Amino acid sequence: MNLRAIAAIYRYEMDRTRRTILQSVVAPVISTALYFVVFGAAIGGHMGAVNGVPYGAFIVPGLMMMSLLTQSISNASFGIYFPRFVGTFYEQLSAPISVVEIVAAYVGAAATKSVILGLIILATAALFTPLTVQHPFWMLGFLVLTAVTFSLFGFAIGIWADNFEKLQLMPMLVVTPLAFLGGSFYSIDMLPPFWRSVSLFNPVVYLISGFRWSFFGTSDVNIVVSLLMTLGFMAACLAVIGWMFRTGYRLKA
Amino acid sequence: MSTILSISDLSKTYKGGFTALHPLSLDIERGEIFALLGPNGAGKTTLISIICGLVNASTGRVAVDGHDSIAGFRRAREQIGLVPQELATESFETVWATVSFSRGLFGKPPNPALIEKLLRDLSLWDKKDNKILTLSGGMKRRVMIAKALSHEPRILFLDEPTAGVDVDLRRDMWRLVRRLKESGVTIILTTHYIEEAEEMADRIGVINRGRLMLVEEKDALMRKLGRKQVTVTLASQLAALPPRLAERGARLGDDGRALTWIYEPARVQAGMPGLLADIAAEGLTVADIDTRRSSLEDIFVDLVKGAQ
Repeated sequence: MNLRAIAAIYRYEMDRTRRTILQSVVAPVISTALYFVVFGAAIGGHMGAVNGVPYGAFIVPGLMMMSLLTQSISNASFGIYFPRFVGTFYEQLSAPISVVEIVAAYVGAAATKSVILGLIILATAALFTPLTVQHPFWMLGFLVLTAVTFSLFGFAIGIWADNFEKLQLMPMLVVTPLAFLGGSFYSIDMLPPFWRSVSLFNPVVYLISGFRWSFFGTSDVNIVVSLLMTLGFMAACLAVIGWMFRTGYRLKA
Repeated sequence: MSTILSISDLSKTYKGGFTALHPLSLDIERGEIFALLGPNGAGKTTLISIICGLVNASTGRVAVDGHDSIAGFRRAREQIGLVPQELATESFETVWATVSFSRGLFGKPPNPALIEKLLRDLSLWDKKDNKILTLSGGMKRRVMIAKALSHEPRILFLDEPTAGVDVDLRRDMWRLVRRLKESGVTIILTTHYIEEAEEMADRIGVINRGRLMLVEEKDALMRKLGRKQVTVTLASQLAALPPRLAERGARLGDDGRALTWIYEPARVQAGMPGLLADIAAEGLTVADIDTRRSSLEDIFVDLVKGAQ
């Protein structure tokens, strides 16, 4: 195991975050805080409780998850795409470092950033609405698992993308709509039966539901199913990345 | 000398069907400077890229100091440093950070003293805290060399190292390459500047259209394929070339005074004394003599043209 190589890439990625702290940390925290202000503090006061949880608190796990998904994807995809774009990725390909080590370094750094961001957002949310976390261990577990899974997804997108437009395509056109329709702002039990069934095809529903359970002890779908769906998606991402490196897809001629 | 890099039946055909490299075998000796020459698109960069792990080979294998480049990729790659042709740098990083990053990537512990020495040797020390985007093209090239040397490789690939750099930097690089050779590093370089190969290389390989056309000791190559041109200026004008000189292959210039003879020293026994004896036998008086030995560039052009 080339631990020094993993550390070198990890440090490089974390340094990049420090250099771009306004864009990487401050901007997503502010935009999520605006949701808390508008939907939580302003409108939430006029909404009834959902599953016995005040609306302002109810949306916190969903908004955290939404931010976690988009940031994990953009951190990891940019992390691998940029060295490919500027041509410096030759170093990683020619270094004595395995695929597992490359993925661990890039995905580890992207997931670390997302988890830190998620915790900052949680602390910010606590300023706007009273919050208790019933299962803090599970909350942290879901946070890390989701950050790693979607960082893997972002890493695959960063290899797939051959221009900046494609890099933005998945987060903007797929992940954000899925997060909005995945129960960030409502419980899918509030939907008519048909749309509830349709929602179950949205993988983000399981992430938000499981995460919300760790906060309030109630969920739209069974917690075990949430966990299995997340692990399944992680396995799919790992398989795709493994295939990309094995075949050299967009990495090696 | 022992073999440090062994290439066996290596070939590359891209997905579109273009064969960039036909099956090729080559051994590189420990501690030598090997110059790989070839026109654009000859397959030089493809060959280097396969050895360094940037391109997958279609067939064949590469062994670096006995370690297979696929099965034993860690041991193989840790011995190799690569300076690619394209200037590819992390614009927003400082010189110090990017060179240190490269050392870490190759699994080596931090060694600030070594990085400092490298940066001083490459005249980069006063730029160590500068972001790379503020550097000139030549300075960026030096940074790439520092990155390639940061993990103390035993084999250094220089792919067109002096393309687009000024004369001073080119001379600096030549000095650096010689120092590396003295310290036991094996150097494989591709270059368009054939005088660079002539100046530095121990052995020459010529590659064209994906085929390795020859591999030869530079001095032996120059002896074997090098030509000499003698231009004798006669004291008086000639109306026609005497038959004795015509049989030798000499040519008379339009002015009737310049007599030119090109010969291969390895094949012609008497050489210039024979020519001068023939001139004297014709009763001609010599006013001046000029000789020129063909350069590696001439040999290279002849080889490539011959293959076409």
